[in-house]
Amino acid sequence: MATQASRAAGRLMISPAVILLFLWMIVPLGMTIYFSFLRYNLLIPGDNPLVGFENYQFFFTDPNFWPALINTLVLVLGVLLITTIGGILLALLLDQPMFGQGIVRVLVIAPFFVMPTVSALVWKNMFMNPVNGLFGWLATVFGLQPFDFLAQAPLFSIILIVAWQWLPFATLILLTALQSLDSEQLEAAEMDGAGPVSRFFHIMLPHLARAATVVILIQTIFLLSIFAEILVTTNGGPGNASTNLTYLVYSQSLLQYDVGLGSAGGVIAVILANIVAIFLMRMIGKNLET
Amino acid sequence: MARESTPQRKIVVTVIAWIIALAIFFPILWTILTSFKTEAQAIAIPPRFLNFDWTLANYVTVQERSNYFGHFMNSVIISLGSTILALAVAIPAAWSMAFVPGKRTKDVLMWMLSTKMMPAVGVLIPIYLLFRDWGLLDTRAGLIIVLMLMNLPIVVWMLYTYFKEIPGEILEAARMDGASLGKEILYVLTPMAVPGIASTLLLNIILAWNEAFWTLNLTTSNAAPLSTFIASYSSPEGLFYAKLSAASTLAIAPILILGWFSQKQLVRGLTFGAVK
Amino acid sequence: MSKTLRGVLGASCLVALGLPAMAETITVATVNNGDMIRMQGLMSHFNEKHPDIEVNWVTLEENVLRQRVTTDIATNGGQYDVLTIGNYEVPIWAGQGWLLPLDDMGEDYDAEDLLTPVAAALTVDGTLYAAPFYAESAMLMYRTDLLEKAGLTMPENPDWDFITEAAEKMTDKANGTYGICLRGKAGWGENMAFLTAMSHSMGARWFDMDWKPQFDSPEWKATLDTYLNLMTNYGPPGASSNGFNENLALFQTGKCGMWIDATVAASFVSNPEDSVVAENVGFAPFPTAAGGDNHGNWLWSWNLAIPASSTKQEASKAFVAWATSKEYTNLVAQEDGIANAPPGTRTSLYENEEYMKAPFAQPTLTAIENANTQNPSVQDVPYTGGQWISIPEFQAIGTAVGQVFSAALAGSSDADQALTAAQALTQREMQRAGYPK
Repeated sequence: MATQASRAAGRLMISPAVILLFLWMIVPLGMTIYFSFLRYNLLIPGDNPLVGFENYQFFFTDPNFWPALINTLVLVLGVLLITTIGGILLALLLDQPMFGQGIVRVLVIAPFFVMPTVSALVWKNMFMNPVNGLFGWLATVFGLQPFDFLAQAPLFSIILIVAWQWLPFATLILLTALQSLDSEQLEAAEMDGAGPVSRFFHIMLPHLARAATVVILIQTIFLLSIFAEILVTTNGGPGNASTNLTYLVYSQSLLQYDVGLGSAGGVIAVILANIVAIFLMRMIGKNLET
Repeated sequence: MARESTPQRKIVVTVIAWIIALAIFFPILWTILTSFKTEAQAIAIPPRFLNFDWTLANYVTVQERSNYFGHFMNSVIISLGSTILALAVAIPAAWSMAFVPGKRTKDVLMWMLSTKMMPAVGVLIPIYLLFRDWGLLDTRAGLIIVLMLMNLPIVVWMLYTYFKEIPGEILEAARMDGASLGKEILYVLTPMAVPGIASTLLLNIILAWNEAFWTLNLTTSNAAPLSTFIASYSSPEGLFYAKLSAASTLAIAPILILGWFSQKQLVRGLTFGAVK
Repeated sequence: MSKTLRGVLGASCLVALGLPAMAETITVATVNNGDMIRMQGLMSHFNEKHPDIEVNWVTLEENVLRQRVTTDIATNGGQYDVLTIGNYEVPIWAGQGWLLPLDDMGEDYDAEDLLTPVAAALTVDGTLYAAPFYAESAMLMYRTDLLEKAGLTMPENPDWDFITEAAEKMTDKANGTYGICLRGKAGWGENMAFLTAMSHSMGARWFDMDWKPQFDSPEWKATLDTYLNLMTNYGPPGASSNGFNENLALFQTGKCGMWIDATVAASFVSNPEDSVVAENVGFAPFPTAAGGDNHGNWLWSWNLAIPASSTKQEASKAFVAWATSKEYTNLVAQEDGIANAPPGTRTSLYENEEYMKAPFAQPTLTAIENANTQNPSVQDVPYTGGQWISIPEFQAIGTAVGQVFSAALAGSSDADQALTAAQALTQREMQRAGYPK
């Protein structure tokens, strides 16, 4: 349907967004790439000589690099797993007739509106703190030793906090998808004698696949760069147990003000993020095409 | 898929749903409750749920120490400003992608999304230097620009998926009637797209409101939004749970209320093309 | 409307219009500690004296503050007119020419009155580059009632063996009482501040004279073993996330038998409004090695400094002079009581009889006066600093080593593994930084 004229108009209309994003990408990225070849520490002013790949070499040989990479993946996959499965279950539940559905929904989506810094502070201090936190108190009520979440299971704790924030988002999208399911199809299946489990696996789940893909894609974009939650709760520790790639770049560049090293880390993180992106896009692209 | 449901079943579902909903909501509720306690009661063992001396002292302290209203206004201006600007750029782009797709449209879209994966911490120093040179440090305009660019990919994508659901024939018909491109967008597309735009707007405001890296690092005082307000309560000397709770409640309340009131609008467009 | 009234209105309009144009606004970045918050409440007194200066406060949590002001001053961003920085930063930044010399603070300022060790740490080549707002050393705070119950008496100069014994006897986990609380949260200003001072007290050093890291030395091994033994057996749960603030809350709620930390905590734990154990707090010097006399040499001060690039130097100086003056001390004494005066900076405060009645006043003064940041260890060292090492790289190295030791405290590695890792990573970072210089 597109004519020559509307094609031109289309280009014109898309160009501001493309140009802006291109500048937003290329200017900082260009500077970052340039800085990554310099010895450039903010605390040691000087003439910032070119040092070739020294920064990259130092970043790659950082003993925290591989653990950080693994932690990043665990963090992303852990949150995705909890939110997708939890979201499907919650969506199924919220789809049932019940009293006070509106209020229930309001309560369930609330965590999505909470600032990540605030939610991390609240979880860390008022729940997970083994001495003053509620979980610690609950443990003593049942005669158990308080579990020190952030020291004994730092990555798991952060996954928990982040999953709490993103569960509502997943639930909402999946619920909308569920509600769009053709009820006739379900009834037909019911007539054919399909039980609830079989109906779930053969009709609902395939229908939700698309929504689940969307949830995964959007969350991955945000989860790859999780930072505030780690900074507030564990500072990447103990050791490197909860250091992800973003946090590693942070500790290299802003904690030691080593712009050269931080930039090299930034470039590596961008490349890795794009590998994940391409991978994801392939998967999503297939799923969203039809 | 509303089907017949026995009353017993409905009651069981209700009970389960309420328990889960309250559990999910509990951390927020607990924060709000704690904000009305004294510092000593905030860490009392066993915890006090409702049986404490309700006090507004923490809110008074917070108000005395910080200019809450100033931070609040900055948050409003920055999140609204960046959202409107992003929509202004994204609506034409999404329109063009949805209705005159080229061979590269998908790639462009995916590339846009991939710019969001750039770790902000890695480019802070370059941006800081640029902002210094352009005089944008601690200005609302600077933050509006950054947050707009941060969220633009999501905005474009969300709108694109929504626009794509709008049948092209309607536009075709309008064009037949001699509507110009501008009119087509204004009179035909926009009304149909309002739900999608509204929910994009809401989602974007939420994301901008809660952004805490750029807002913290590029502002000092004049443009500092609520994220910096929280940073002055996060771990001071001595007992601080109650004051932290009061500050947290103040920081999240506006967006929580907005979110609750507009949740229908938010949900309607929040499908990202996931619903056929 | 009468002429006079109109005249008055007109004049007041002029005043209203004129004042903002004349008033200079300075932006002060500060940390969210109690003494700074108190100052913000007393600003009306400053405004009375300097109606032409308006002060804009930016109060941030310590780590955020440090990152913000360092980025800003190093990139010459010019966002702040007055910075709150530690005595770790001052000599380094002054060496870069980033700070305005503060040797002409006015006649009333009386720089001679500043405590010698505190002023010395802020002086580079005979010039003062920052004005101390409050200063602290470290000492042992303990529960007199629990110690008595344990059948022990506190020696004048406790050593680490005594601490271990006392911690064991005071611990009563069933009742939520832990013998000792120490910092465990990773960070150069958190657990490494404590561990660096402790290592100095045990005769260890970070580097030898060739800047070679010394974590493979027996002194460091002894330090870490003692620390881990104390904390895993007699410390509170979750110690690896406890910093100064967390321990303060624990001590104030009666969960710690002993706590070794900054002297500034003394006034908080002995204030009955915040502390349930206020009646039963005793103070003793920072522990030494058995038979030793090195108390770790912890010395920290929060100081006000002015960036050399500030365009409002006169107004900023006026503010810094006021905030760190004797006059300000008197003001706090008047408004909130002398015990709340910012501690550790001025001799005159410790000559005030009223102030010396506070149980923590003398121990604080002694601790500060005994802190020798120039020669912190019994061994020769190429650096200065008691609980930190005065090189720009220390923030990063200290934090990384802090992570390793924090992991050992959390139980994910043992002392030997932690020391080996600390040695390797420090060596790596020092090599990159180009030491020995």
